[in-house]
Amino acid sequence: MEQPVKKGLDLNRRPMPKQAVEVRRRNFEEVALGYDSRLAMEEAARCIQCKKPGCVERCPVEVDIPAFIQAIAEGEFERGVRILKSKNSLPSVCGRVCPQEEQCEGGCALLKKAAQIAIGRLERFLGDWEAAQPDLMMPEIAPPTGKRVAVIGGGPAGLTVAGDLVKLGHQVTIFEALHKMGGVLVYGIPEFRLPKRIVEREVEYLRRLGVKMVVDYVVGKTRTVDSLLEEYDAVFVGSGAGLPWFSEMPGNNLNGVYSANEYLTRFNLMRGYSFPLVPTPVKEHVRVAVIGGGNVAMDCARTALRMGAETTVLYRRSREEMPARLEEIENAEEEGVIFRYLTLPTRCVGDERGWVKGLECIRMELGEPDASGRRSPVPLPGSEFFLPFDAVIHAIGNSPNPLIPQTTPGIEVGRKGNIIADPQTGKTTKPRVWAGGDVVTGAATVILAMGAARRAARSIHEYLTNPSEW
Amino acid sequence: MFTIFENRMIVPNVYQMTVHAPDVAQSALPGQFVIFRPEEDGERIPLTLADWDVQAGTVSVVYLNVGRSTAKLASSKAGQTLPTVVGPLGNAMEIDRYGAVLCVGGCYGIGSIYPIARALKAAGNTVVCVLEARSSFLLYWQEKLRAVSDQIVCLTRDGTSGKRGHIGSLAEIIRTLPMRIDRVILNGCNYLMMRGSQETLPLKIKTIVTLNTLMIDGTGMCGVCRVSVNSETKFACVHGPHFDGHQVDWAEVTQRRKAYLQEEVIPLRTTQPL
Repeated sequence: MEQPVKKGLDLNRRPMPKQAVEVRRRNFEEVALGYDSRLAMEEAARCIQCKKPGCVERCPVEVDIPAFIQAIAEGEFERGVRILKSKNSLPSVCGRVCPQEEQCEGGCALLKKAAQIAIGRLERFLGDWEAAQPDLMMPEIAPPTGKRVAVIGGGPAGLTVAGDLVKLGHQVTIFEALHKMGGVLVYGIPEFRLPKRIVEREVEYLRRLGVKMVVDYVVGKTRTVDSLLEEYDAVFVGSGAGLPWFSEMPGNNLNGVYSANEYLTRFNLMRGYSFPLVPTPVKEHVRVAVIGGGNVAMDCARTALRMGAETTVLYRRSREEMPARLEEIENAEEEGVIFRYLTLPTRCVGDERGWVKGLECIRMELGEPDASGRRSPVPLPGSEFFLPFDAVIHAIGNSPNPLIPQTTPGIEVGRKGNIIADPQTGKTTKPRVWAGGDVVTGAATVILAMGAARRAARSIHEYLTNPSEW
Repeated sequence: MFTIFENRMIVPNVYQMTVHAPDVAQSALPGQFVIFRPEEDGERIPLTLADWDVQAGTVSVVYLNVGRSTAKLASSKAGQTLPTVVGPLGNAMEIDRYGAVLCVGGCYGIGSIYPIARALKAAGNTVVCVLEARSSFLLYWQEKLRAVSDQIVCLTRDGTSGKRGHIGSLAEIIRTLPMRIDRVILNGCNYLMMRGSQETLPLKIKTIVTLNTLMIDGTGMCGVCRVSVNSETKFACVHGPHFDGHQVDWAEVTQRRKAYLQEEVIPLRTTQPL
């Protein structure tokens, strides 16, 4: 172990205990095992308790990070939980899936010395510690206001809005289209990164707070938003992801070509990794290509790998530009996912039975920076080549879910089909309707959806307690 | 949980199930589908609505017992519950006053064409229903369909009921009808819808098919239901399931439909009770 360079300044960021690579690449159990209380207290003790904490500034849900870290350092976990949960109702989830390096940890004063506090791991520690206690701590709930709120979508945005508003005394009902609550947390993010029992636990907590939950209910189809507005004082739309995107090339409708949504839903929500014990069928593939470089691409690649396939990620830029979290890229690399950078697939090639047999690709080089500030890839003429695959997964994003915009008159929609909502309040153009999460922003992160939901909850509460002009 | 009111075999291997799902019944429109999940951890099965009753709060489907999940569905009894009944999903069939409309149903499609025929009749169309089956003992719901149509034509391969022939005789049937047909609607297996569309193409009659692609969520998220229509990729669950049969890439639809044929057989290779 490295020695602290300065008295009182410990630069040794405590590593996350993980399942050994050789074991985890063949199972679906969680990779990161979590800090025990000793590791958590050691890590927390490294925090220098900045006067102006950069971490809090960068947290989309404004958690008082130094305060909960202090509580851990002092071994007062229950106090830590209270501080954390006053701002974030899903700490076990966020501690696992937030891009901390871009948010809280990116603002840590110790970052300069590459020794930023592992805030995400500490958050996860508190969330998991609380869950292991015999009695759940229940927050204070304001007296009933008699106001009713309908929340559309049981994903991160919907769960956050529901949690915030139920604590303020409103009556909240969540309508979820799928048969399980959790949205992307259950259909998208794999078990090895976010065990489903954790999502179930968080959902159960909200249920105990008094949130009503209706599954198998597609607002827009089973019942319209307008009809809900007759019964509810406010409606929040957090309906999430919609039609998946496929990279533009011929052959995308061959068998063996998947959207990331389909591939992940088969394995996560429908538990395809247990097929044929569960009935939703999945294919046994030998060589799988994943197109894209985000977190969803890493999730697909690591799922395919665990199903026994040789798995290759194809990304058109280089490793530096990959949008996935570094931790996930490293996990995938360690587990044996092959990465081919500066590679653009140009055609899905099929066999005579309509099954994909490979990808025609072209090599790229990086040119001038584009609008996103990343250097844009340019094809190298004459560099075409063929790679054999029996499955291709497109993980390049999706548009917002179209069902609510299609069926709700008066709700303004942007060019990409996203619901237009005020970024500060979540208010849409339709009175008494708020929106947040992927249906507004297009594919983004869990925590951004939760941040938008928190602001919408604040605005809804304000409106319900003090009705004003829209 | 959704209570099963009725589940019975109406002709060999074809079942009619009625479940209590008042919210679905309230919003149901002709040509929409529902997703049933027969058991916990079960598959999500998309099925076109064959009828509904807003008063009783029930919806009905007609389905074939073909794989593990439909076998599970077939074995469930009145009074038991299904964990999921969700819908109504997809777009409704476009209903207008077209003139004379030919509604063709085969297999489960004899059931699913019923609400469409009913709505077309109510909209003032002359409705002719063609019911296609291998043999007379596979025909059902003739009485129900007769009540909402002007004429019924049965078509059996062995000629045991109505005309002898199959979907490939559709153009000939249309020619022998006393009225000019303005629109054709096809409900049934891919082959029936493909072959029927081929028959009406030279007759230049607008033909609508109700596709039965693979689906998971059925709400526009997973994309497994994609289909090429007029060389453009469409998602059957949110853009369909009704498409112009003359514009559908049938070879692709047929291939995609077979994607899990192998896997669907695996769970059936067992002697365990279902």
